Amino acid sequence: MQLFSCPFCGPRDETEFHFAAEAGKTRPEPAGEVSPEAWSGYLYAKSNPGGPSREIWQHVTCGEFFLMERDTLTHEVAGSKALRGQRP
Amino acid sequence: MTARRLSTAPDGPAVPFTFDGKPFEGRPGDTIASALLAAGVRVVGRSFKYHRPRGVWGAGAEEPNALVDVSLDGRTTPNLRATTEPLVEGMALRAVNARPSAAADRGRVLDRFAKFIPAGFYYKTFIWPDWHRFEPRIRAMAGLGRLDPATHPPADCPIVHARCDVLVVGAGPAGLSAARAAAASGGSVILVDDQERLGGALLHRHAEIDGRPGRIWAASCVEALRAAGHRVLASATAFGVYDHNLVGVWQRRFGRPDALWQIRAGRIVVAAGAIERPLVFPDNDRPGVMSAEAALFYLRRHDLLVGERIVVATNNDKAYAVARALATAGARVAIADMRASAAPQTAEGLSVLPGARVTAVEGEDGVEAVRVGGRRVEADCLLVSGGFTPTVHLHAQAKGKLRYEESLAAFVPAERLPGLVVAGAANGRFSLSGVLADGHAAGGGRGVAARSVTADDSYAIEPAWPGRAGKARQWIDFQNDVTVKDVELAARENFRSVEHLKRYTTLGMATDQGKTSNMNGLAAMAAITGRTIPGTGTTTYRPPFVPVPLPVLAGRRRGEFFSPVRRLVLEAEHRATGAVFREYGGWLRPGWYGAGRAEDEIAREARTARETVGILDGSPLGKIEVIGPDAGALVDYNSYQTISTLKPGRIRYGFMLTEGGVIYDDGVVSKVSDEHYVVSCSSGHVPGVVARLEEWRQDRFDPTRVFVHNSTPQWATLTTSGPRARDLVAMLGLGLSLSDEALPHMAFADTAFDGAPARVARVSFTGDRSYEVSVPSSKAAALNRAMTEAARAVGGGLLGSEALLLLRAEKGYIIAGKDTDGTTMPHDLGITGPRDRRQGEYVGKRSLFTENALRPDRQQAVGLAVDGDVPLPTGAHAVETVAGRRRSIGFVTSSYASPTLGRPIGLALVVNGLSRMGEEIELVHLGKTMRAMVAPACAFDPGGERLNG
Repeated sequence: MQLFSCPFCGPRDETEFHFAAEAGKTRPEPAGEVSPEAWSGYLYAKSNPGGPSREIWQHVTCGEFFLMERDTLTHEVAGSKALRGQRP
Repeated sequence: MTARRLSTAPDGPAVPFTFDGKPFEGRPGDTIASALLAAGVRVVGRSFKYHRPRGVWGAGAEEPNALVDVSLDGRTTPNLRATTEPLVEGMALRAVNARPSAAADRGRVLDRFAKFIPAGFYYKTFIWPDWHRFEPRIRAMAGLGRLDPATHPPADCPIVHARCDVLVVGAGPAGLSAARAAAASGGSVILVDDQERLGGALLHRHAEIDGRPGRIWAASCVEALRAAGHRVLASATAFGVYDHNLVGVWQRRFGRPDALWQIRAGRIVVAAGAIERPLVFPDNDRPGVMSAEAALFYLRRHDLLVGERIVVATNNDKAYAVARALATAGARVAIADMRASAAPQTAEGLSVLPGARVTAVEGEDGVEAVRVGGRRVEADCLLVSGGFTPTVHLHAQAKGKLRYEESLAAFVPAERLPGLVVAGAANGRFSLSGVLADGHAAGGGRGVAARSVTADDSYAIEPAWPGRAGKARQWIDFQNDVTVKDVELAARENFRSVEHLKRYTTLGMATDQGKTSNMNGLAAMAAITGRTIPGTGTTTYRPPFVPVPLPVLAGRRRGEFFSPVRRLVLEAEHRATGAVFREYGGWLRPGWYGAGRAEDEIAREARTARETVGILDGSPLGKIEVIGPDAGALVDYNSYQTISTLKPGRIRYGFMLTEGGVIYDDGVVSKVSDEHYVVSCSSGHVPGVVARLEEWRQDRFDPTRVFVHNSTPQWATLTTSGPRARDLVAMLGLGLSLSDEALPHMAFADTAFDGAPARVARVSFTGDRSYEVSVPSSKAAALNRAMTEAARAVGGGLLGSEALLLLRAEKGYIIAGKDTDGTTMPHDLGITGPRDRRQGEYVGKRSLFTENALRPDRQQAVGLAVDGDVPLPTGAHAVETVAGRRRSIGFVTSSYASPTLGRPIGLALVVNGLSRMGEEIELVHLGKTMRAMVAPACAFDPGGERLNG
């Protein structure tokens, strides 16, 4: 059971969290101009790094989505920060 | 071995128990092992493979031999370690691997064939013609304890979550010293120990700490910790270290269910001690061959002298204290010291044979004599000390590296992990003063360190690893019957890696996981293959450290708590009216009402709803509020159909797609105002729809301008459907005009019921005129009373979920996930408007235009009509024969006998189904072939007149 840190609630057990997505992915739009490759990349391509990774997680109990940096091999959590104000 | 109690006065009444059917008596405070030893039981079990007689080896968790099945209070627990299990009055004990008893085991004959069944025998022998022909017999012969099929342990073990600054594992001198220091630094401390009494080796080895006897010092440490508010858990085994310093602890609570502790510790101090290992010599597995340290344990803890004429074979100084204590207690003791440098002893009843090795042990069912250094010494007990193996399990589980320390002939921690530190004997400290200092430092080094002035503190081990096998068998692993020869065989067949050695020979497997055997096994492999011990390495350490009963891990998450159902606020009322409950989408709902045959009751309910009116508890239906200036934009983006163009007070049906374009759910959205919508998805999808709305809200919108709130549990909804539905609602006195002009189909109105807010919505899942009446849950019972009374007045009845499913199938209304699958897109249902015309983005849009989405051979949702009155089996495949090969072109998704139409109806997904109207297709199911005609999904009232009828 890993210990993750919600930027709003602090350290909590892994079971309170849901993985949402790899960070940095943007939805290609508008639909009419998106190539099949770009769309399938958005839907299915995951870089799935072994090592440091940046991911979007949700702390389900408070509902907030946030950015977490962690190492997928050592399970070390480097930090997490709120996404509010990061939006374009 | 002729063990006896030293004192004749037990401190309490005798504790009766049985072993293999024979009655015995133990003393208060006994473990099963001490009671069996005191009762003179030498053979306590049989070995796994050869059914060799085995006696008690040790006194702790490492016990390889003394396993028993324990029956108590109607419950049988297999394979408990007799050494760690307190004796309880009335226990019925059964030896493992033995029938009818350990003493007279029929399987003992197997040992004569040992030569023919070496390691790997089963792998090589039972290949032809088929392993499965031999497996049942072999399985019946193998295996330790026996499960009692009648035993069904209750789900009563609590799981306790705790956190602390410092968790100390082990309450021996190192652990207590660490806990004192940690407490002195001001942090919160949890101390766990697997023994009932705390103090570890201080309880059986004489020591003086800070001027007091060791066990008094230990007791005062524990008392001080408790007094300062720290937690001390006895009979609690830390069995595993998991991510981010989470430690699993199994706590025995005799008389109460065991508990599982999940402790998140800032820092873990592993002070788990060390385990004495056997020496490897011919017939070293005889009953009466025992760990020297264990003999001291039984002497000091249970007042039990394990023999009268004792040989102590050792390669280190630690066994000398044991020998002296036994001699003082009255035994005649000869020390066979392998070390040539051993000094002669002069104590009374004690002799020393320097440079002497044991070469044979006589006595089939118990030691009778020992051949040592060319002499035959009559003995009833042979104690051995092959040195101590530090209990580094938790450190190694946490991926801590080990290093081989030549001077200790042991693997010790090679590094200090962040958050985990090993101390004391587990860290290779074997002098009491060193142990106390190490513990103190590991605990943070605050406060005054405890000091010991014990002189008898040297270790001075000389390695005594097994070499080549001789003629006689020399046991390495007692539990799994692995001898030096087996290791040689594994090496010869190139299973040289320790991991291969383990799997090939079973060395280090089963309940003890090689706690006494792994070091000797890998050292033997190293010697045989000409490698060093560190070069050979250890197997991977994995949790659990000891076998943990599965009910402890499962806790209360079994039965109805495994996946708790959600319950209706009106459950009691439904039960009172004869509801038969079933689970639908995680909710426990009335499937039908009445005690008759289910089909008859369901058909009756469906007919009543079509003819007059039915009342359905629709409370689980989603009521997700989307509120704020951007609410319209969010619900539009979430839906396939545009929603925000509705007028306030109106309702629209639509789909929610995945980003892959597949139908995730369907439902209706009500527009309360430009800044307030209510998404009413299907019951089972509520958590999922809330989650996706929340995700898009935060990912795509300004979360200060739109909010998502799930109000489903706050409202109870009773739906009334049928030609008399309006009459029924009119009787509720809702103060509402029910004319079709004031409240048309797909509109809602807010009003009041019994002084509380109420909402009446005209939405239909049956094809008949329907009204959904929602009130706060607190008013559910009142609404239910009013509605059932009104229904009685108009000849209506109750409607369960099964009848509703049937009514909606008559109309061809789909259930997402039942009549659609993971490929179905809206155009597969013939709904193409938004795809073809809708501007702007919505979830899944791009996927509706992929090559796959536009394929000409997609499965489409259709109805099926059959001759006769037997419904098609749900799941039957529609098939087509092309070039002599039959292939599936789809399957039946829903199928019912329609009481309304008097014939079977079906829904199906069929390749190109929408262009096959009127076509006859073939279906197969479980070898049977059927025919059906493709028809429109809607089989009843295709014009929809009844919605306003």
